[in-house]
Amino acid sequence: MADVKRVERPLSPHISIYRPQLTSITSILTRITGNALAVTALLVVWWLLAAATSPEYFATANAVVTSWFGDLVFTLSLWAMWYHYLAGLRHLYFDAGKGLDIPTAEKLGWGIIIGSVVLTLLTIVIV
Amino acid sequence: MRYLTARKRAEGKGPSHTGTEHHWHMQVSAVGLAFLVPLFIFIFGSALGGTYEEVIATFSRPIPAILTALVIFVGLQHFSKGAQMMIEDYAHGTTRKALIMFVIGLSYALTAVGLFALAKIAL
Repeated sequence: MADVKRVERPLSPHISIYRPQLTSITSILTRITGNALAVTALLVVWWLLAAATSPEYFATANAVVTSWFGDLVFTLSLWAMWYHYLAGLRHLYFDAGKGLDIPTAEKLGWGIIIGSVVLTLLTIVIV
Repeated sequence: MRYLTARKRAEGKGPSHTGTEHHWHMQVSAVGLAFLVPLFIFIFGSALGGTYEEVIATFSRPIPAILTALVIFVGLQHFSKGAQMMIEDYAHGTTRKALIMFVIGLSYALTAVGLFALAKIAL
């Protein structure tokens, strides 16, 4: 039941002068990939709606989705999905109070970066 | 001196002023998606690039249809709550409220359209 200690402490450094670290970069990438996947969801739902509507509408949507631009979006989505997937598992591991020391956290960071690329390539080869 | 525990003093001080229920929802949906997503990637990836007849045939089968419906519903609920977390970190006041409403609305709209499309294909 300690009272708040009113001590003049140095303020934490502003983000723009803070050295980027693997842990901070992998954390912000989790948020970026997760939110960017909304675009993928939009495309997938549109493609399904087109398939449900008519063969003509499907042809239009499918042409967009399977164009070079569609391929680019879905390949990036695939990587984003695997990255967010592995980062999410790491988040659950952190939530359990494990792996929070710096060497382990950095190893896990490299694990999700390398793992996401490997899983993306594997998925492209297999599927 | 007020007789408060450290926890009591910290409660409600985060950007959203609440949180454990939200965090629990994120954990539950994350674990659910961890099982669903690899299967979905396989099914969707196999269907993508097929002809109209092949795509209709795939999503008419029970497992691809149910799995896709689950990924759409759970995935968009996870997105809705995750995006809300981001908005609470960066936006304030009316902008924050408007953005959260937009994200929740977008998630429900996409879910409704996705489930309607699947139902129409599968049934």
